[in-house]
Amino acid sequence: MGQYLVRRLLIAIPSLLGISIVLFAVLALAPGDPFEELATNPAIPPEVRAALRTKFGLDDPVPVRYVRWLAAMAQGDWGFSFVSRMNVDTLILQRLPTTLFVIGASQVLALLIAIPVGVYAATRPYSLFDQLANTLAFIGFSLPTFFTGLLLILVFSIYLDWLPFIYRTDISATGWRWYWEHLRQALMPIAVLGLFQAASVTRYVRASVLDVIRLDYVTTARAKGLGERVVITKHVVRNALIPVVTLVALQMPAIFGGAIVTEQIFRIPGIGSLLISSILANDTPVVMAVTFILACLVVLFNLIADIVYGWLDPRITYR
Amino acid sequence: MGEPLLEIRGLKTHFATDDGMVHAVDGVDLTVHAGETVGVVGESGCGKTVTALSVLKLIAMPPGRIVEGQILWHGRDLVPLGPEAMDGVRAKEIAIVFQEPMTSLNPVYTVGEQIAETIRRHEGLSRRAALGNTVDMLRLVQIPNPERRVHDYPHQFSGGMRQRVMIAMALSCSPKLLIADEPTTALDVTIQAQILELIQDMKARFGMAVMLITHAMGVVAETAQRVVVMYAGRVVEEAPVEQLFRQPRHPYTAGLIRSIPRIDTAAARKTRLEAIGGTVPSLLDPPAGCRFAPRCRFAMATCRQAVPPLREVEAGHKVACVL
Amino acid sequence: MVGSIPASLTAEAVAARRRRARTFSPWLEAWRRFRRHPLAVVSGAILLAIVLAILLGPWLWGHPINAIDFTARLQSPSWQHPLGTDDLGQDLLARLLYGGRISLAVGLAAMVVAILFGTIIGAVAGISRGWVGSALMWLADLFLSLPQLPLLLLVIYLFRDSLKNAFGPEGGVFILIVIVIGGLRWMPVARLVRAQFLSLREKEFVEAARALGASRTRLVIRHILPNALGPVIVAGTIDVAAAIIAESTLSFLGLGFPPDIPTWGRVLFDAKDYLDIAPHWALFPGAAIFLTVLSINFIGDGLRDALDPRKVM
Repeated sequence: MGQYLVRRLLIAIPSLLGISIVLFAVLALAPGDPFEELATNPAIPPEVRAALRTKFGLDDPVPVRYVRWLAAMAQGDWGFSFVSRMNVDTLILQRLPTTLFVIGASQVLALLIAIPVGVYAATRPYSLFDQLANTLAFIGFSLPTFFTGLLLILVFSIYLDWLPFIYRTDISATGWRWYWEHLRQALMPIAVLGLFQAASVTRYVRASVLDVIRLDYVTTARAKGLGERVVITKHVVRNALIPVVTLVALQMPAIFGGAIVTEQIFRIPGIGSLLISSILANDTPVVMAVTFILACLVVLFNLIADIVYGWLDPRITYR
Repeated sequence: MGEPLLEIRGLKTHFATDDGMVHAVDGVDLTVHAGETVGVVGESGCGKTVTALSVLKLIAMPPGRIVEGQILWHGRDLVPLGPEAMDGVRAKEIAIVFQEPMTSLNPVYTVGEQIAETIRRHEGLSRRAALGNTVDMLRLVQIPNPERRVHDYPHQFSGGMRQRVMIAMALSCSPKLLIADEPTTALDVTIQAQILELIQDMKARFGMAVMLITHAMGVVAETAQRVVVMYAGRVVEEAPVEQLFRQPRHPYTAGLIRSIPRIDTAAARKTRLEAIGGTVPSLLDPPAGCRFAPRCRFAMATCRQAVPPLREVEAGHKVACVL
Repeated sequence: MVGSIPASLTAEAVAARRRRARTFSPWLEAWRRFRRHPLAVVSGAILLAIVLAILLGPWLWGHPINAIDFTARLQSPSWQHPLGTDDLGQDLLARLLYGGRISLAVGLAAMVVAILFGTIIGAVAGISRGWVGSALMWLADLFLSLPQLPLLLLVIYLFRDSLKNAFGPEGGVFILIVIVIGGLRWMPVARLVRAQFLSLREKEFVEAARALGASRTRLVIRHILPNALGPVIVAGTIDVAAAIIAESTLSFLGLGFPPDIPTWGRVLFDAKDYLDIAPHWALFPGAAIFLTVLSINFIGDGLRDALDPRKVM
C-alpha cells in the first residue's frame, strides 16, 4: 500500500504543476492589466502603482513571472487582497472550512442514499422500485442546483418557515442549541448538493451492481450456500463500488461548481462565494488563488479516491 | 454401487428469451449413486451445465425456470425447496466446482476468507478454528506453504492453483456429492491431469460421489465408472464406461467416440479425422422426434415422429434410440 | 463450452444467431431499440416541442421582450401574459422564448466544439505510436482535473472585455462561453475515440484496407471513425445538456451574457430576489431549463441503449 501511495503522489505532483501552468497561462494571456482597477482607485497614487508593478515583476517575461508566482504560492505568500485589505491566505483559510464542511456533508449524504438505493434497484431490475428510482435519479441530475436551491428556499423558508435561508457563522447560542441552529441552516445547501450527487451516483451504483452480479464468483458465492443477502452485501457491493469510486472522483470538479452556486444562493461564506465576489470586485489575486486552491482540492480528492480504490481492490496494491 | 444419492427425473429447465423459450434441458433422467463417478458428456450447448446448475438451483430465475421434473436428494425433492433450505444443501451436501478458475474466485477477498466463510456458515466454527480447517484443506489439495498462502489473494495464484483452491473450497464441508463442471477445460494440458488426479484422491479420501461434466471423452474414459451422454437437452445413452466405449448403442455416442483423435489408428490408416456432420439443432424450437435425427445416418421415418424413450437394452445400459 | 457460465448461455447463443439472421441495417436496428424506451420517445417529443416553440414562438407570440410597462409589474400568469411579468412589466413568455434560442444555441455550439476537439485529439492519439498517444491522454487527465465552473468564471473575468470589443457584447460572450465549455468537455470524447482506434487498429479489415493501398486519412475516416460514432453521439447529447446547465449557471451568477439578454439563467438571476412575492418569475425559467435538460438526458439514455445494447436478461 505504501508503494502504491507513493506512486499516486508522484503522479499528483505533475498534475498540480500542469494545472498551475494552465491557470497562469490563462492569466498571462489575458489582456489588460490586473492592476488596472487600481488605476481608478484614487487612494493609490501612480508611483505606488508603478512600484507594485516592479515588485510583482509584471514587466518581466512570462516564464519568469510563472516561476516567481509558483515559488510565492509554494511558500504561502498568496498575495494581498486590496478589496478586503488582508492577506489572501488568511482570507481563504477563514472561509475554506465552511466550504469543506458543506461539500463533505453533502457527499456523505449522497453516498448514504445512493448506495442502498442503487444496490436494491439493481437486485430487482425493471421492478417498480427500480423504474421509480431511475426516473427520480434522472430528475435529480437534470435539475440544476440553483433551481433546486431556489425551490427549497421557496418551500421551506418562505412557505413553511421551517429553515433559515441565510447562513450565519456568528450564531449567538451555546451548547446543543448552537449545533441545532447550525444544522438547520446547513440542511438546505447540504440537501441540494447531496441530492444532486446522489442522483448520478445511484445510477452508477446500479449499473455497477448489475455488471458484478452476473460474474462467475457471485455464482460461486451462491453455490456455497451463503444466502442471497450475504452474497449481495459482502461479495457484490464491495466489487461494485470499485468503479463507482473512480466515477465519483471524476465528478469532483463538477461538485465544486455546484458548491459555488449553493454558496451564492444561501449566502454561505465559503470560498465559492469568495470567488464570485472577488470577480465582481476585480480582485485578481484572490481570484487566482481561489481558482488554484479549487484545482488543488480536486487533485487532493483524486488522491483520496485513489487511496480508497487501493483499499477496496487488493489487485492494485498487491501486485 | 451404493444407494442412489441424487435422482434427477424428467428435469426440464427452460429460459425465456426475446426470441422465444429455449428448452435448454428438456427431460433429463440421471442418477448418481454413493461413491461412484458419473461422467456426463456431450458437446457444447447440450445442457450439461444447465443440468448441474439446476440441481443446486443456481439458474438465474427470471429468465430461467425449472418447468418440470424432480431432483431427489436422498429421496427429498429439491425443486420446491425455498432459498433458505437450498442454502443448507449447497456446499454442505452437494458442492460444485466451476470451469473458469480465473473468474470464479472473488478478487477482493483472500482465498482463506473465502474458504473459511463456507466453513463458518455450515459448521458454525469460530474464526480461528475455521482458519485452521482452511489451512488443512489447502494442504490437502497440495498447495505449498498453506499457512502463508491462506492470506493471499486469488490473483496471486496461477490458474491450476486457483482450481485447487476451488476444490478445497467445495470440499471444505465434506459434501456427499461433488459436481465438477468441466473443471479442467480452461487449464493447460499438463495441469489437467493433476487436477483430475486430485479429484480422484479427494473422492477416495472423502468417500463421496462425483458428477464429472466434460466434453472430452478421454477424460471420461479415465475417471468415470458410469457415463451419461447428453444431446440437445436430453440423455441419449447411459452405460458403464467400458461398455460405452466397447459397444456404443446410440449413433451419436458412436460418432463421438470415433471422432476422438488417436495416434495409432490415424497413423496406421491415414484416415481423416471423423466428425459428425451437421450442427446442433436450435433449442428454441426443438424438432419433433429424435433430436439427433437430422444428423443421424441411420435415421428412419419413425425417428422423426416421436422422441425415443430411454430404455434399458442391457444391464445398466440405457439408450434412447429405436435401434 | 469454454468461457464463463452465464445462466442463460444457450439462450444467448440462440438469440445471437437469430439476431444475425435478420436483415442488418444498423440505423434501423438502433431506431427499433430506441423505440422501446417510452421515456426516451416521450422526451424526444417534448424536446421537439420545445425547439419548435423556441424557433417559431417569437414570431407567433407578438409581445416584445423588453417592453417595459410599470403598470403590469410582477403579475401572475394571466391570459394577456401566460407566464406572468417581471418587475419591469416585461412579458415572461416572450423573454423565455427568446432566451431559449440562446441557451440552445450555446448548447449545440459547445457540443460541436467538444466533439470536434475530442475526435481530432482522440484520433491523433489513437493512430500514433509511441509517446504521443500517452502524452495526449495525460493532457486529457489534466483537463479532467480542472474545475470547470471556476475556470469558466476565471476566463470570463479575464477575457470578457476584450472579446466584447472585438465581437460585440453578445457575440463576444457567446464565443467565450462556447469555447470554454466545449474546451472542457472534449476529454471523454477523445478517450472514446482513442479506445476505438486502439481496438480496431490491429483488426483484419484495417489491415486489408491498408494492403489495398488506403492512405492513413482514408483509413481513419472511412473505416475507424464510423465505429466510434455510437458512443460519441451519446456523449454529444450529454454535452448539450451539460452546456445548457453551464451557461445557465453562469448567467445565474450574473456573469454570463449581458443583462439585457434574457437567457433562462439570467431571468432566474433577476427573479431570485423576488421569490416571496413573485415565485412564478423564478419557477418558469427554472422549469424550462429542467424540462429541456431532462428530455435531453432521457434521449441520451435511450440512445445509449439503442446504439450499444447490453441487455439484462
